[in-house]
Amino acid sequence: MDNLYQYLLSGLSNGAIYALIGFGFAIIHNATGIINFAQGEFVMLGGMLALFFLVFCGFPLSPSIILSILIATVVGIIFERLAIRPLKNAKPIRLIIITIGASIFIRGAAMLIWGKDTHALPAFSGNDPLYIAGATIMPQHLWIFAVTILVIFSSRLFFNHTIIGKAMRACAYNAQAASLVGIDVRIMVMLSFSISAAIGSLAGIIIAPLTMTSYDVGIMLGLKGFCAVIIGGMSSGLGTVMGGLLLGLLEALGAGFISAGYKDAIAFIILLLILFFRPEGLFGKKETERV
Amino acid sequence: MTKEKRQIFVFLIFALALLTIPFLLRESYLLNVLVFIGIHTMLAVALNLLLGYAGQISLGHAAFFGIGAYMSGILTARFALDPWLVIILAAVSAAAIAFIIGFPILKLKGHYLAMATLGFGIIFYIIFNETVGWTGGPSGLSGIPNLQIGGIIFDNDMCNYYLVWIITIAVMLLSINLSQSRIGRALRAVHDSEVAARVMGINAWVLKVQIFTISAFISAIAGSLYAHTMTFISPASFGFNFSVELVTMVVVGGLGSIYGSFLGAAILTVLPEFLRVFEDFDIIIYGLMLILITMFMPGGLISGFQLLAQKVNLKTKGK
Repeated sequence: MDNLYQYLLSGLSNGAIYALIGFGFAIIHNATGIINFAQGEFVMLGGMLALFFLVFCGFPLSPSIILSILIATVVGIIFERLAIRPLKNAKPIRLIIITIGASIFIRGAAMLIWGKDTHALPAFSGNDPLYIAGATIMPQHLWIFAVTILVIFSSRLFFNHTIIGKAMRACAYNAQAASLVGIDVRIMVMLSFSISAAIGSLAGIIIAPLTMTSYDVGIMLGLKGFCAVIIGGMSSGLGTVMGGLLLGLLEALGAGFISAGYKDAIAFIILLLILFFRPEGLFGKKETERV
Repeated sequence: MTKEKRQIFVFLIFALALLTIPFLLRESYLLNVLVFIGIHTMLAVALNLLLGYAGQISLGHAAFFGIGAYMSGILTARFALDPWLVIILAAVSAAAIAFIIGFPILKLKGHYLAMATLGFGIIFYIIFNETVGWTGGPSGLSGIPNLQIGGIIFDNDMCNYYLVWIITIAVMLLSINLSQSRIGRALRAVHDSEVAARVMGINAWVLKVQIFTISAFISAIAGSLYAHTMTFISPASFGFNFSVELVTMVVVGGLGSIYGSFLGAAILTVLPEFLRVFEDFDIIIYGLMLILITMFMPGGLISGFQLLAQKVNLKTKGK
């Protein structure tokens, strides 16, 4: 019973991270139709930059976090400006290869700068477990839940109640029509990359104290985030959250009760099953194909 | 010369050049590199059929390479089956897996196809790692016997060179033929516009599954040859990074060009040997190459050569 509780807790906190990463995928996909294979590298950048500022430079916690997110966001903007924008209207296959190239490049650069070692980021508020209603919980788990809820609520506010957020949604529906009513589509695309990079790096920062971080954590985390967004459906924000949590729970239970070695396979088997049988996601609406 | 005659001529020169190289090179290290170029060429050609001709991406092709290598490795090292028989068995098994998985997977398009094949590749990578009783797990599988025909044992670089390159040249010839057959034209039609191809009466879905199956078949043969020439295999050679490296070979060489695949395979095999001087730089350079070539040279390096050849041709004709 005690084990089950631990599995559920770690499953939910990993799931929250997957949901955040998935959010990043969905924002770029909705604005541009691109699946950004470099998404995981923003997550890695978040963790590694926070580690760099906090541990190597000795900065306090909050400036380190803010600086890390800022730098990752700038990387996102540069990436969009240099590699995506010149290729607008290219076939998906070229865009896939470009984003893969960018992800390898960012990963390689991180390896050259920070080396190949795995590091642990100190937990934000210590490692003393809290006792809530007879159950133990690490403070970092609470941080993860709080940040995830905050991000989801503020992005909901942003996309539904601000003029820029509404403009971005308009671009997602129909970029041409949006530009006809005076929305600068290029700025919206750039904005989607920066928001996506910011959320991704934030996810990387808050998970780093629990899972350790190194230059190559981005691949797996990125793929899991993609899996979350596929389960939930690209068009559904709440669906992504549910998808992330579901994936986190299934993984944790699978690792706990079946086999830890096959933990990562679970995500990909789910991914394939969903893509085969319900490509619009469990919570998404079916889209008609346009020729 | 007609176009067809010129093509045959070019291919013959290419094949002859490759078959005479070992007489010029006495150094075994270079021959060893060339053996790897051969195996990589086979893989790049196989992926190019799918990526360059049909326009369908696969980020999981290392899985088929791995299936070939592990089936050959396990069945010959642990069960002492006849290696040649196992090569065919492995290739047919990989093709069967590709055929079965191909129907649902190739219904997907673009980014979704990329992610699905990636997931497929990672699942196999995890299987290679976790089925320790069969594959030896992360520490690898050793003691794979060399191939032999009659009295010849393929245990030195010279023998392996001919073994690998004769099969590679055969694969290249078949692929060139395939690309110019009815199937090849249909594939290009699907590449340009799947809807238009379907309107013309091409069953795009079945066609894509067919080419995926052929591609897996060739990749598995490359895997078997790899296992028998190396005599040791470990999962690290069959992971996501290698799948990406294969895509890089095809893109760098030139999408839809068989000679381009050879060029890409050669460059990506030789590059790490040079880069060993600046260790760890290879990954960042692969990334940069992928980005720059996709952005500025969508036809790959081979198209650059062709352009150059045309210019030279024009100049000499002008005189």
